[in-house]
Amino acid sequence: MKRYLPAILLMVCAAALIGVGIYLRQPESVLHKAVRICMECIGLG
Amino acid sequence: MDRKKIRFGIQAASTLIQNANFKGFFTGKIYEGASKSVCVPGLNCYSCPGAVGSCPIGSLQSFLSGIKFKFPYYVLGLLIFFGAVAGRAICGFLCPFGFLQDLIYKIPFYKKNKFKIDRFLRYLKYVVLLLLVIILPMTFNLTPFFCKYVCPEGTIAGLMLSAADSNVRSALGPLFNWKFILLMIFIITGLIVRRPFCKYVCPLGAIYGFFNKIAIYRMSHDPNKCIHCGACAKVCHMNVDPSKTPNSMECIRCGDCVDVCPKNALYLGVKKERKVPKKSETV
Ligand code: SF4
Ligand code: SF4
Ligand code: SF4
Repeated sequence: MKRYLPAILLMVCAAALIGVGIYLRQPESVLHKAVRICMECIGLG
Repeated sequence: MDRKKIRFGIQAASTLIQNANFKGFFTGKIYEGASKSVCVPGLNCYSCPGAVGSCPIGSLQSFLSGIKFKFPYYVLGLLIFFGAVAGRAICGFLCPFGFLQDLIYKIPFYKKNKFKIDRFLRYLKYVVLLLLVIILPMTFNLTPFFCKYVCPEGTIAGLMLSAADSNVRSALGPLFNWKFILLMIFIITGLIVRRPFCKYVCPLGAIYGFFNKIAIYRMSHDPNKCIHCGACAKVCHMNVDPSKTPNSMECIRCGDCVDVCPKNALYLGVKKERKVPKKSETV
């Protein structure tokens, strides 16, 4: 358990960050960006 | 089944699952479902017609380069979570672009992985991460610099879309030509050097590298079993010596070194802490 303590703590922090992100509706921003072809990514921007 | 075959199977399955919108490859339309609100762990462009998830590096830049700055809690949280669980095992097992480079390296050709500037070039990916993914997108709004000027995954997405859609084809210009030349450089170099993009350029690999030391899935080396034969360092295409640095930031957890170790001194995976006696106790 001690061996994995730093990873577990980081996972808890990560879960908190994800929670805040969901509260701020950030997954919707990710979705909004991802459902349109990104002109920069494909080299047309 | 041996480790190499299992890894190949997982890489192929991961690539297929992350690009499961097969009809997009024929219609030239990208997937618009809700699963795209989740970032995948590896580099997989959300503009690829097959992609059913979002690219974490593209999403990160989209938050940082927005007109109104938004701290990327969600993407950062996902990246830390993936890193804490697996570190760069994501590179070795789950990333589609890592898989593509492994396939390219299998093509019989002159191979050379150890050369002088290799060590120096490794730092380039941290410059790419800081400059092209973080600082420049934050400074110049609406420009995801890494996606726009470097990312070969996006270029592949552009090639696939242009094959299926004549409008995209007719719009290709100098920026696409630049990105195509870069892609070709990565592919041709990849015939000779194993995973050149991962070693020298990828900002996602740079991020996951920071987690290698503490990730749940990691490597351990037993100095009591090790006979210092050097077989592990010799077989490693990422130029790591796992007998000295089993959790190097460059290790992609392919397991090749574990397989060649004649004394089973290397272990890769999740396990209980083993009590290693201090040197003074073993003499
Ligand atoms: S261009 Fe590259 S970094 Fe940008 S979203 Fe696509 S895969 Fe990700
Ligand atoms: S270094 Fe980047 S491109 Fe290479 S396997 Fe890792 S995430 Fe994928
Ligand atoms: S140290 Fe071992 S597991 Fe890591 S990249 Fe090298 S051969 Fe693969």
